[in-house]
Amino acid sequence: MSKYRNLVIGTALASALLAGPALAGEYGLGRTATPEEIAAWNLDVSPDGTGLPDGSGSVEQGETLFVERCAVCHGEFAEGVGRWPKLAGGEGTLDRADPVKTVGSYWPYLSTAWDYIHRSMPFGNAQTLTADETYAITAYILYSNFLVDSDFVLSDENFLDVEMPNADGFIVDDREKVEFPKFIREPCMEDCKDSVEITMHASVLDVTPGTETDEEAAAAQQDAAPQDEAKAEPEPAAPAGPDPELVAAGEKVFRQCKACHMIGDGAKNRVGPHLNGVLGRTVGSVDGFRYSRTMAEMGEDGKVWDAESLGTFLENPRDYVSRTKMAFRGLSDAADREAVIAYLSTFE
Amino acid sequence: MTDQSGSSTTRRGFLQAGLAAGGAVATAGAARAAGDPLITEVQPWARFTGVGVDAVPYGLPIKFEDDVIRRNVPWLTAETMSSVNFTPIHALDGTITPQGCAFERHHSGAIELRKEDYRLMINGLVDRPLVFTYADLERFPRENHVYFLECAANSGMEWAGAQLNGAQFTHGMIHNMEYSGVPLRTLLEEAGLDAAGTLKDKWIYVEGADASSNGRSIPMDKALDDVLVAFKANGEALRKEHGYPVRLVVPGWEGNMWVKWLRRVEVMDGPVESREETSKYTDTLADGTSRKWTWEMDAKSVITSPSPQSPITHGPGPLVITGLAWSGRGAIERVDVSTDGGMTWRTARLAAPGQDKAVSRFYLDVDWDGSELLLQSRAMDSLGYVQPTKDALRAIRGENSIYHNNGIQTWWVKPNGEAENVEVS
Repeated sequence: MSKYRNLVIGTALASALLAGPALAGEYGLGRTATPEEIAAWNLDVSPDGTGLPDGSGSVEQGETLFVERCAVCHGEFAEGVGRWPKLAGGEGTLDRADPVKTVGSYWPYLSTAWDYIHRSMPFGNAQTLTADETYAITAYILYSNFLVDSDFVLSDENFLDVEMPNADGFIVDDREKVEFPKFIREPCMEDCKDSVEITMHASVLDVTPGTETDEEAAAAQQDAAPQDEAKAEPEPAAPAGPDPELVAAGEKVFRQCKACHMIGDGAKNRVGPHLNGVLGRTVGSVDGFRYSRTMAEMGEDGKVWDAESLGTFLENPRDYVSRTKMAFRGLSDAADREAVIAYLSTFE
Repeated sequence: MTDQSGSSTTRRGFLQAGLAAGGAVATAGAARAAGDPLITEVQPWARFTGVGVDAVPYGLPIKFEDDVIRRNVPWLTAETMSSVNFTPIHALDGTITPQGCAFERHHSGAIELRKEDYRLMINGLVDRPLVFTYADLERFPRENHVYFLECAANSGMEWAGAQLNGAQFTHGMIHNMEYSGVPLRTLLEEAGLDAAGTLKDKWIYVEGADASSNGRSIPMDKALDDVLVAFKANGEALRKEHGYPVRLVVPGWEGNMWVKWLRRVEVMDGPVESREETSKYTDTLADGTSRKWTWEMDAKSVITSPSPQSPITHGPGPLVITGLAWSGRGAIERVDVSTDGGMTWRTARLAAPGQDKAVSRFYLDVDWDGSELLLQSRAMDSLGYVQPTKDALRAIRGENSIYHNNGIQTWWVKPNGEAENVEVS
C-alpha cells in the first residue's frame, strides 16, 4: 500500500471520516480486497439465510439436473450408489445401530445443503452449478426425502420456511459437564478389578489391510451393497498377450478405478460401466449404463476405444470428453496409463 | 578398506581384488564357529565405497525401511480422493512425525498450488478486508510450535469393538510436527477487529482453496489464542498432501479444522454450520441426539510397540514397551502402563516433560518372562483428566459416535511375541 496509508496510522477518527484508503494495520502488509474479489470467494451461507443469492428452482428442474449431474454417485433417487453418500431416507434410524444419516434424517439446516452443493459439488467438477440450479437440486433432495411436494419451488424467499426434521437433534458439546466428573480423578493403580477376560478379538472380523483375508473380508463388507455381489478377480493374462509385468503394474493402477468400475467374470455396471472388452468397444455402448450426452454422441459417430484414445481420455478425462460423468481426475503418469491399458486389454 | 589388494593401483587390479573378496564371502559358511562372519570377514560395505553426494538430491529412507509407509483401509471409503490413510506409528520412535509418512486426509484430493498463485483473504467484520500473498505472510513475525494433529475419527472404527489389527490402523490418524508460521491473531489485527465490536461472541470461518471448499467455524477466543497460519513443518515446506503452501494449525482441536490450502478467513456473527460441522464431525449419542462443536481432542495414548505390526521377535528378557500420549486440553502429565489388562498399573517414563498439545513419548522397560501380556496404556493430562476405558466411553455415548474415541487400547501379546487387538472385561 501507499506511503499515504502510513500517514494515517493513529488517526483512526480522521481516516474514518475520509472513507478513503484502508487504514493500515501495524505492519502495513497486504492490500485491500476489492468488492469483486470478496464477492467471488465469500460464498458461504449461514443458517439464517445470510449469503443466499436471489433465485429459485423447482423439484422438476432439480430432478433433471440431479439425474444428469449427481445420480452417478448418489443414485437417481438420492439413495446413494455403492459407498457414495445416501442423501435421502434414514428417518427414525439415529438411535439404532448403524444410523443412516442423510440430508433428510440428519442435517439440521437446509443452508448447509445449499452451500455445500453450490461450492463443493459435483464431486470432481465443483463450483459449476448456478444459484438457480442449486435451488432446484436442493428442492429435489428435499422431495426425495418426502419433505416437500412434487410441485415445490425453492427460492431465497421461502428458504427459511422449510423445516428440517432433525433441526433439534443437536446439543452443544457437554463433555466437560457429563464426562469430566467421571474422568478427572485419581487413577487406580492396584487391584483395579478382580479378573480380566478377553471379550473380543480383532482377528474374528479381520478386515485389516495386508492380511491374507482382508480382500475377502472387504468384499464381504461390500456385499451389503447389492451391486457388489460379484468381486472382480481377474484371470491371469493369456499367453502371447501383453507383458505380464506391465499387466501386473496395471492391476495395481486399476485400484484407483475399482471404486467405480468392475472388470472380469460377472462384472456389472456400477458407478461407471463395466470394462470387459473396453478396448475395441464402441464408445458409450454398454447396455444399461447412462452415459453423458457427449460420450453417447461419440459412440453414435462410430468412435471406438483403442489404446491411443483411451490413453488420451485417461490422461485428462474432462479434456477429452467434456461433461463426462467420470469424476476421476486422470492418470498424469504415462507409465500408469500404459500399464492400466495393458491390464484392461486382458479382459474380453 | 583392508590392505588385501596388495600394491595394485590400477582400476583392473582393484576390480579383480574385489571379485576375489566377494567369492570368499560366498564360501565362508564354515567360518561361523570361529565368530560372526559379519565381524570376522571383511564385508563389501567395508571394502568398497558407497554412493557419492548428490546421488539423491532429496533423500528418502533407505530401502530396508520400505515397509514404513502410510497405508489406507480401502473398504472405508468410495475412492482415494476423498479418503484417509494412516501414519505407521508402530514403526516410528521419538515424537516428531516425518512429513513423508504423516497421514493424509483429503476431501477432494491433494492439489498443487504454487506459492505464486497463493492468496489469503481476510474479510467479514473487519476494519479493512485484506488480501495477502505468500510473500506477505513471510514478512510477519513468526513463531515455532510443536503440535499434534489428530483426526476426530481416529479409532472411530473401534467403537463397536476391536476391528483393525495394528496401531497404524487403530491410532494412525495422528501426526506431530514442528510448525513455523504467523499467529492468526496477528493477521486478524492487521485487518482490524474494531468493526467486529464485542469479540467474545464472534466467530471466524476458515476455508481452503481446494475443490472441497472445506470450511469450519471457530470461536474468536480460540482464533485469537493459539491458532497459527503455518507454512513450514519440521523445518521444510509443507507437503502437498498437508496443504502446501499454507495450512491452518488449530492446536489440540480435531484435524478437520486445520484447513489446508487456507485461502480465506471471515470474521462472522455466528457459525456457518457447514457440512463438516453438521453432517460430519458431530457425535451421535445412543438416544439419537448428537453433540456438535466437539472440538477438543481428549487425552489419549497407545502402545506402539509391541503391537500387532510390531511383535516381540526376541525371547524373554529385556523388553522395551513404548508408545505415544497426547491431549488437546494441555500437556501430558503422566502415562501408566498395565501388562495385565488393567488390574494393576505402573507409571511409565516420559522421554521428556509433556508439552502443551503435543505428543509425548513414553517407555516402560521391563524384564519379560515370556508369558502372555494384556498391554494397556492410560494417559493423564495437566487437567487431571485420565484416559477412560472404551466401556466407560460407551456407557456415556453408545457406539454410534464415530468421532472422539479416546478409550484405552488393549494388545494381547502371546508367548510367541505376536500381538492382537482385543477388548477385555
